[in-house]
Amino acid sequence: MSGEVAAPVEDSSVDRPVFLKVEGLKKHFPILGGLWRRQVGAVKAVDGVTFHIERGETLGLVGESGSGKSTIGRVMLQLDEATEGVVDFDGVELTATTGEKLRKIRPRMQMVFQDPHACLNPRMTVASIIGEPLREHRTGSREERQQRIDELLSLVGLEPGHANRYPHEFSGGQRQRIGIARALALNPDFIVCDEPIAALDVSIQSQIVNLLENLQKTLGLTYLFISHDLSMVRHIADRVAVLYLGRIMELAEVEELYNHPKHPYTQALLSAVPVPDPVVEADRQRVILEGDIPSPANPPPGCPFNTRCPVAQERCSAEIPEWRELRPNHWVACHFAQ
Amino acid sequence: MDNYHDRPYQTNEKPMTAVETVLKVSGLTTRFETQDGVVHAVNDVSFSVRKGEFLGVVGESGSGKSVTMMSLLRLIPMPPGKIVGGEAIYDEIDLLGLELDDLRSIRGDHIGFIFQDPMTSLNPVLTIGYQLTEWLKVNTDMAEEEREGRAIELLELVGIPSPEQRLKSYPHELSGGMRQRVMIALALAASPNILIADEPTTALDVTIQAQIIELVKDLREKLGTAVVWITHDLGVVAGLADRVIVMYGGQIVEEGPVAEIYASPKHPYTIGLLDSVPRVDQKGSELVSIPGAPPALYAEPERCTFAVRCPYAFDRCLQENPPLITVSTDRSVACWYDIDKEGPRHVW
Repeated sequence: MSGEVAAPVEDSSVDRPVFLKVEGLKKHFPILGGLWRRQVGAVKAVDGVTFHIERGETLGLVGESGSGKSTIGRVMLQLDEATEGVVDFDGVELTATTGEKLRKIRPRMQMVFQDPHACLNPRMTVASIIGEPLREHRTGSREERQQRIDELLSLVGLEPGHANRYPHEFSGGQRQRIGIARALALNPDFIVCDEPIAALDVSIQSQIVNLLENLQKTLGLTYLFISHDLSMVRHIADRVAVLYLGRIMELAEVEELYNHPKHPYTQALLSAVPVPDPVVEADRQRVILEGDIPSPANPPPGCPFNTRCPVAQERCSAEIPEWRELRPNHWVACHFAQ
Repeated sequence: MDNYHDRPYQTNEKPMTAVETVLKVSGLTTRFETQDGVVHAVNDVSFSVRKGEFLGVVGESGSGKSVTMMSLLRLIPMPPGKIVGGEAIYDEIDLLGLELDDLRSIRGDHIGFIFQDPMTSLNPVLTIGYQLTEWLKVNTDMAEEEREGRAIELLELVGIPSPEQRLKSYPHELSGGMRQRVMIALALAASPNILIADEPTTALDVTIQAQIIELVKDLREKLGTAVVWITHDLGVVAGLADRVIVMYGGQIVEEGPVAEIYASPKHPYTIGLLDSVPRVDQKGSELVSIPGAPPALYAEPERCTFAVRCPYAFDRCLQENPPLITVSTDRSVACWYDIDKEGPRHVW
């Protein structure tokens, strides 16, 4: 196998080299209407985001439904074409790369999907599911591929005997392991985990998260962990970006963000998450946001959060807040955050 | 027909003893006959709901938490579902023995129900106003002119802005959170004694969930309705419930006051569950996961359904299914192992 595995990262506090860069990324989906199906508008799923991911870290991407978190993941892997902006993967500008050149890079970046029921072909055996990327990218001989499949199965905590079974014979947690094994088949260095535990039962979620963490340690993987589960993101992420209506509201080291949230949206979001402890819950002050998330097809002018923000002023509906570094490595998009 | 609905419902006349029970379920057993065999979804479940209390029912998918509650009002599809045993006493009447017509007057009127996905509970081709007034027509003797006013009142009660206009909206024109508010309005329209909420916030975003939770808390205080909140989210229950029932494999494995369950869980499953969820208010630490997966319920439980995943299991656990044992006032646990004494429990 091509051994392009990065060296394991020992200490999370050391400065890690920048691995991925996203600059001014936009993804607008056209809304077609009228007799001639002309474009009458656009869903601004992602509307100008800038961030980077360091080698060996986990960047948590949190947000509510419709905030554009999955779209960012898909555009980063070039599964969707960016409308505007740059994605730079380990020095290669993906947004300007096409054809065979892009195909050569693809094995290095993979995706783990949310629904382990939907992302596995029910008519393929586990061995052929995991082996498909190997065949597709013509890696090794038949025997080597078989050996790699066994290796991958044990890596994700399944047994070699499982290779000839079909997805329906497995539980949700095991199916997610199969999905992870497939993502690992070509020795990637970057994996987008798109809500990998959202469809799983509580007692299974921690199994999968522990597996992802162990794999990261042993294989030196870099993750983009997309989730709406703020508790789990605090557990797994090194840095966290908070998304709202296609824009990043705040980005900081995980402990900094959870202990000192600066953006009113982050503050409200964190206070809305229930804590499994009656004693803590009894004294907790909640910021209850009014109203619903506006449609990304028709976002409010100015700060996207201004319609629900408890501290919004006139300026907020007129001017898009600047993306500024409030403290070292703590970025926020709010006029009034201090 | 013996219209149960016409009888005034009186609980206040009884002297307030220590606890007043509004619903007492015993030995409830529900099965589903599927192509793959009989699924023993609920096995010998007994519990009660107290007047005005907030009861949290926690469990993973397939634990039987929804089927238990839906069986009470016969909301499960029958067939393939079948309630094979048990009774559910509400106001001296066994709900499970009631004719379907009589049960209809209990549903909504005395026991309200809200579901996870309001889109499937509301009729997509009728306006919100029509559905609310229709409900009032069927379930109350309110005059036609009064119904619209009451419908507006109900929408106001659940915090829907500009309710007059909302009456003309169709369900798809409302957001998920607003639809759930409409469902709550419907469920509370007759001021029921019990409100059963089946994962009402699971499909909602966390900021909207917080709104709905706040709303139900308020309404419960205003109306004095007992709330049974079914969820898989240990966090939601922690802030809401007075008492908690933990279900696993179609059975109740633990029951008790919320503070005690979280501070000193006694069933290994509850312990495992609490250890496996991260907290938003604390720095991440190692998550302890429960090995294995929840059981398939194709046979009547003859041993502890959790034994194969349990770190404390010993030979008795594999031979006998533990009953729900009362261990102290208000606390019961279905486990042969005594966590406090670190050894087998002495029961026969």
